[in-house]
Amino acid sequence: MTEIRYIAPSSLEEAIGAYAAAAGAARILAGGTDLLVQMRAGVVSPGTIIDIKKIAEATGIEETPEGGFRLGAAVSGAALAEHPRFGQAWPGVLEAVNLIGSTQVQGRASPGGNLCNGSPAGDSVPAMVAAGAVVTLQGPNGRRTMPVEAFPAGPGRTNLAPGEILVSFTLPPRPKGSSDAYLRMIPRTEMDIAVVGVGVNLTLENGTVTAARVGLGAVAPTVLLVEAAAKALIGSKLEEAALEAAAEACRAACKPIDDKRGTIVYRTKVAGVLLKRTVAIAAERAGRN
Amino acid sequence: MAKMHVATTINGEPEEFLCEPHDSMLDLLRGALGLTGAKEGCGTGDCGACSIMLDGRLVCSCLMLAPEAEGRKIDTIEGMAQGETLHPLQQKFLEMAALQCGICTPGVLMASRALLERNPDPTETEVRFWLAGNLCRCTGYDKIVRAVLETAAEMRGAA
Repeated sequence: MTEIRYIAPSSLEEAIGAYAAAAGAARILAGGTDLLVQMRAGVVSPGTIIDIKKIAEATGIEETPEGGFRLGAAVSGAALAEHPRFGQAWPGVLEAVNLIGSTQVQGRASPGGNLCNGSPAGDSVPAMVAAGAVVTLQGPNGRRTMPVEAFPAGPGRTNLAPGEILVSFTLPPRPKGSSDAYLRMIPRTEMDIAVVGVGVNLTLENGTVTAARVGLGAVAPTVLLVEAAAKALIGSKLEEAALEAAAEACRAACKPIDDKRGTIVYRTKVAGVLLKRTVAIAAERAGRN
Repeated sequence: MAKMHVATTINGEPEEFLCEPHDSMLDLLRGALGLTGAKEGCGTGDCGACSIMLDGRLVCSCLMLAPEAEGRKIDTIEGMAQGETLHPLQQKFLEMAALQCGICTPGVLMASRALLERNPDPTETEVRFWLAGNLCRCTGYDKIVRAVLETAAEMRGAA
């Protein structure tokens, strides 16, 4: 292994300065559950490792004055699960984050790392897309925000500009009657990579869907926001016709690969099935809120 | 490049060490610190044989850089028994023969203790999901799960 420098700055400005100075030869360390594996495999060999876990903004879980949540990019799955209110407001986001790896991996792995890894199958991403999360990025030219669905650029690629760091996720306030859910299809019961993942976020008023978002993972080069599926649900009372129309929208959005985990035909069919199951869970939860 | 100086706490005692920036915590524990209880199974966070506690959370020490230990609190299997007195989990694993070759055992014990600290009355399903990141090549899972459930019951009784 070539010489590596490790730094753990306590301010974002310092981290961004070091990241920019390294001109592409640095990697950001959050939980390290992807980065250290990639380094060991020789896939990446950074000159500088910048640990962002000493930066308060990157590790905090805050409730915003508007009633939403702001999650630091490096918050671990375990820390998120321990928060007294996050899981009540966003059970779908929480279950998606908590599906990533084992208990040990949850002690370190973060939603920010999951997003920056750029995998189309990252479990937290469809749930964040469904939640309408907005990511905050900061680089040498300052701060900007973008909807989470605009962040991935392709397998292993993101729309971070050179020198930019993912700082946090902001989740919107929760109107009454809202909830979310995430389901993934894997060939075994635990510790596997999604063949299809579906995140659904719903708001119900007297049984009628007034707002909906659907995120679809592992069936295209990036996680998708399926607006046509949401449109099919909004205004309905989740009758079979509306569910079938939303499922068809998900199947139509699929552009999957054929691999050992699932064929194109299988992934496409499962996307529709999972949409219906995930909607049912989100609706049941929303009915209680 | 100069080695990094790291000051940390291991099993309740202050500890200092020198490391390369890319050393894993597991390398340091098993090497310079001589704490060989944690094992390297896969080196990629899949097997759990290197499980330790970092600030009260279960992590794979193979997926942690040694310099990350600065200012943190680490607990390893070496700190589990109190002198000659085994932790109830250790005692029960012996009594119920919940191990074969023993390579996975330190990680399984660390993970099981972390579970019982959070959930003193887990169901069998909860034990199996919690321990899903601890692989046993001897396929001794049933005895492990039974020993954890039995220990939990005893510890509840004693409390």
